[in-house]
Amino acid sequence: MYAFEFERPGSLDAAVKALQEEDAQALGGGQTLIPTLKQRLAMPSKLVSLKGIAELQGIAQEGDVLKVGGGSTHGAVARETKGIFAGLSLMASKIGDPAVRNRGTMGGSLANNDPAACYPAALMATRGTVVTNTREIAAEEYFQGLFTTALEEGEIITSIRFPLPEKSNYQKFEQPASRFPLVGVFVAKYGDRVGVGVTGASEDGVFAWKEAEEALAGNFAPEAVDDLWVSAEGMMSDLHGTAEYRAHLVKVMTKRAVAAAE
Amino acid sequence: MPKDHGIGASTKRREDVRFLTGDGHYTDDINLHGQAYVHFLRSDVAHGRLVSVETEEAAKMPGVLRIFTGKDFEAVGSIPCGWLITSRDGQPMQEPPHPVLAQGKVRHVGDPIAAVVAETYEQARDAAEAIMVEIEDLPAVIDMKQALAEGATKVHDDLKDNLCYDWGFVEENREAVDKAIKEAHHVTTLELRNQRLVANPMEPRVAVGDYARHNDESTLYTTSQNPHVIRLLMGAFVLGIPEHKLRVAAPDVGGGFGSKIFHYAEEAFCTFAAKQLRRPVKWTSSRAEAFISDAQGRDHVTKIELALDKDNNFTALRTETYANMGAYLSTFSTSVPTWLHGTLMAGNYKTPLIYVNVKAVFTNTVPVDAYRGAGRPEATYQLERVIDKAARELGVDPLALRRQNFVTEFPYATPVAVEYDTGDYNATLDKLEEIADLKGFEARRKESEAKGKLRGLGVNCYIEACGIAPSNLVGQLGARAGLYESATVRVNATGGLVVMTGSHSHGQGHETTFPQVIADMIGIDANMVEIEHGDTANTPMGMGTYGSRSIAVGGSAMVRAAEKVIAKAKKIAAHMMEASEGDIELKDGQFTVAGTDKSLAWGDVTLAAYVPHNYPLEELEPGLEETAFYDPSNFTYPAGAYACEVEVDPETGKVTVERFAAADDFGNVINPMIVEGQVHGGIAQGVGQALLESCVYDETGQLLTGTYMDYAMPRAGDLPSYVVDHSCRTPCTHNPLGVKGCGEAGAIASPPTVVNAVIDALQSGGHKVDHIDMPVSPARVWQAMQ
Amino acid sequence: MPQVSMTVNGKPATGDVEGRTLLVQFLRDTLHLTGTHVGCDTSQCGACLVHVDGEAIKACSIFALEVEGAEVTTIEGMANADGSLNTIQQAFQDHHGLQCGFCTPGMVMSAAALLKENPKPSETEIRDYLQGNICRCTGYHNIVKAILAASGQETAIAAE
Repeated sequence: MYAFEFERPGSLDAAVKALQEEDAQALGGGQTLIPTLKQRLAMPSKLVSLKGIAELQGIAQEGDVLKVGGGSTHGAVARETKGIFAGLSLMASKIGDPAVRNRGTMGGSLANNDPAACYPAALMATRGTVVTNTREIAAEEYFQGLFTTALEEGEIITSIRFPLPEKSNYQKFEQPASRFPLVGVFVAKYGDRVGVGVTGASEDGVFAWKEAEEALAGNFAPEAVDDLWVSAEGMMSDLHGTAEYRAHLVKVMTKRAVAAAE
Repeated sequence: MPKDHGIGASTKRREDVRFLTGDGHYTDDINLHGQAYVHFLRSDVAHGRLVSVETEEAAKMPGVLRIFTGKDFEAVGSIPCGWLITSRDGQPMQEPPHPVLAQGKVRHVGDPIAAVVAETYEQARDAAEAIMVEIEDLPAVIDMKQALAEGATKVHDDLKDNLCYDWGFVEENREAVDKAIKEAHHVTTLELRNQRLVANPMEPRVAVGDYARHNDESTLYTTSQNPHVIRLLMGAFVLGIPEHKLRVAAPDVGGGFGSKIFHYAEEAFCTFAAKQLRRPVKWTSSRAEAFISDAQGRDHVTKIELALDKDNNFTALRTETYANMGAYLSTFSTSVPTWLHGTLMAGNYKTPLIYVNVKAVFTNTVPVDAYRGAGRPEATYQLERVIDKAARELGVDPLALRRQNFVTEFPYATPVAVEYDTGDYNATLDKLEEIADLKGFEARRKESEAKGKLRGLGVNCYIEACGIAPSNLVGQLGARAGLYESATVRVNATGGLVVMTGSHSHGQGHETTFPQVIADMIGIDANMVEIEHGDTANTPMGMGTYGSRSIAVGGSAMVRAAEKVIAKAKKIAAHMMEASEGDIELKDGQFTVAGTDKSLAWGDVTLAAYVPHNYPLEELEPGLEETAFYDPSNFTYPAGAYACEVEVDPETGKVTVERFAAADDFGNVINPMIVEGQVHGGIAQGVGQALLESCVYDETGQLLTGTYMDYAMPRAGDLPSYVVDHSCRTPCTHNPLGVKGCGEAGAIASPPTVVNAVIDALQSGGHKVDHIDMPVSPARVWQAMQ
Repeated sequence: MPQVSMTVNGKPATGDVEGRTLLVQFLRDTLHLTGTHVGCDTSQCGACLVHVDGEAIKACSIFALEVEGAEVTTIEGMANADGSLNTIQQAFQDHHGLQCGFCTPGMVMSAAALLKENPKPSETEIRDYLQGNICRCTGYHNIVKAILAASGQETAIAAE
């Protein structure tokens, strides 16, 4: 790793200020950033740990919305959303491994926007909102391609707001080595609509499978997507799976998520 | 009633206590006073000409002690290859030099160009980034067949081409085999790839070089399976340090699986630099570095043809294999696709005619060498896959086809130059049918089908050759080393013993099993026996641990040394009890005189050996310490049968292993618990190869699987529990313990078992799929079903 | 250079570190607690697993300064007060749950965290929990068995 200064501010304001320094970078759980630093692929002048900031903590239901603090670990999300938001709890419980879940945070994951991260699928399916220290960003505006988001330099995700669905589920088909999703599909059913968020598959990162959303809104059953198919065009292709295979898995995982939704 | 001590007892491992409390002592735990750190600047291109390496600016950076490049090693020897293979035309293999640091060209991603030694690791790394390297890119040679094509770019400019050797075995059989295949009633042909793997012991390699000015002695602490071999290769061939001035020590080693047999450039570098700088120099590999610097395994492409007569008897077998050597010849690389592979092509079967052709090829990839099984997994995979395919083509039961062709009379001389001393292949297959509950398979298949899954059963046999020997034979075959093992048994005055063995333990549990043998021989508690290994300073010249040889060869050496000790102790006892030597018996730690009630305890005699007051000094030297070197007269031949049941998810292609059973014949077993653990680990690596693992380069020679994010390591959730059995025992006829070796069986036998099962599952679902190359990943299975 | 203080295995520990110093480096290099190992660079192998304030954490993926003031337990702090192996350690020895020993400290720490959360885990739950602990020697069979035994359950696992 290149050398850098380390700072652990105690408040959001202090963190925002610390991040104003040139090449300062926020550190969430570090489960992606630290391996990146070890490879010397990043050269921050300062790392600003968000771990000690009370404003980023807390998971709470607010009416028909679930608010998750940006600093919430995957472990906390898994535990504390059980019974409130089954699909999200299930998703969080399957990210990485137990030790990674004890460090990695939802804010960190969404800020990084790895094309194979899990949370983007949930945020997209629910059409949730990313809340930062300066504004609120709707899911569809937030994701802007691989590792790219609407976040400005120094902007911190303070919380994530998920409209609570009636039913939800997440199906992850794992890439055999990293255990990240080769394809992950989150399905969220609401009274008047259904959201289908797909991660791991597309060259543009997370996307909503709109045809399936429409079909499922009319009939929330696996058969509803039988006649739909996802184009392999624009899907990622690598040694773990071709574009055709990923496109195929999107449909299979969608059907399974619908069948398992609770 | 299982035994509770001695040979045959599942004695708990004494080494566990230190490992379980964080008290293990691995090479990276060694930090010497004044130690400096080296970082290797490695090539990021697969093939290129080194135009210039400018280190001047980098050398001025903070903490830098010195920067070494290939120039510094021009007067230093090349890293040697330990086995000379002769081609079909009688010519020796093409053997290019392998410099410690690249000279003139870089030949694979990871080839070390320069080495920065600095006060801290990060300083060395900072300075490495400041070295200016100019490389003229050359086309990378990655695919083996393309490497052999007319006009292909040469990996080594001074060689004729990229063909290391073209080996025929047995060359005299070639025409007869061709004729038999031409005239056969049925020929089954299969083309397959035994994919490249990375051994991935959990402990990355580490080397610490040290130099003592006062006696001009160099010391290397290294993560090695065979410190004496490293001392010999590095001392004699690379650095020119006589062995009495060079100590190599491998303390606790965190797994090897073959990858820590070989002598590596980093070891020579640290030893060399420590002397130059008069400072200890340490290198700790990162995992990413391990992926581009540890020798890799397998990587064979094979066409196999099996000929059968109208009664389904195997009549001939012919194979043509391309074996990837990578960019340089690693220590035992050349022997793996030849003598460790061709000699096993008969398998468990009495096929009368066999011809094996192997073309070894240089490519711009990391060198390939032995990985758990080394040659034998490749042989078993081809053979057991082609037999399965033949059974399907002929519409016969795959087990019956195997049984019909089994070797049943021993000793059996194969047409590929080895003689099986003993075995009972029907017995292990019968045992497998029982422990795997093969009768219950159809019912389980129906249950799977009810869940929408395809279930398949794969069964196959295997034989392997362990404890490779004897030295005079392997010498004729091109080996540049002996393959004996050594032991010194030192008895202390008060009766305790220390066994200094040339075998090395890096997970196999020698510290527990070796004393079990001694305890049985003398009749004392195993806790009176201590094992020392891994340090050339206090153990006799040994060849180390690989090829499942430790108990068969190292254990035998220890038995021979202990026999000498006991013989001498009996002479002392005879003198003390005024009896004839021939009447002395040793049992339960007591010397007795036949026909009398005279007795002496073990400790009375050992004390007399060192306090020789009442002692036959005119006939016997005092002391009780003996050394033996054991050179086996033949290989040992463990064999057995494995079964696996898989479920295939037809929607995704995902394969899950539902049941796995192994019936092995290892001859006599010293510690069943440890033997079973070895089989478990081997199965996990075999299933890993079959379903998950693959080392992949793109066409430019960039490694696509350079971390655990892309190289799929088997995890607990990928594997089932295993049923293993070793109750079928045909003891080895030519070593004193009747043991055969168990370390590699699982890795050898499992890959075809799993693939056979997957093919069976797909066939049961109506998919006309004959073969899928490993790893049988979900994507490949799905593709095959389309 | 900043200073960091924490409690390690019940004893106060203080040292100078850089911002980039990882907890595993602080443990190994400064405190000479070499039982915590490094087996990969990507936070996957788990050989470095320790407990920080009672939670399983990969010491290779957390900076020493992030652990300021925390309670850290490493493999060196797991044995009973009299030095004998604790229940989990003993079960690993009894069931041959280790071979080369390199992944073992992480496995024991992971098993301890699991049993704290889930005192009677099933075989499937154990295998699932060990997702982040790679062992190359044992094929996991005997590790699973050891953890079942340490939890006071039957060790006859599925296929046996």
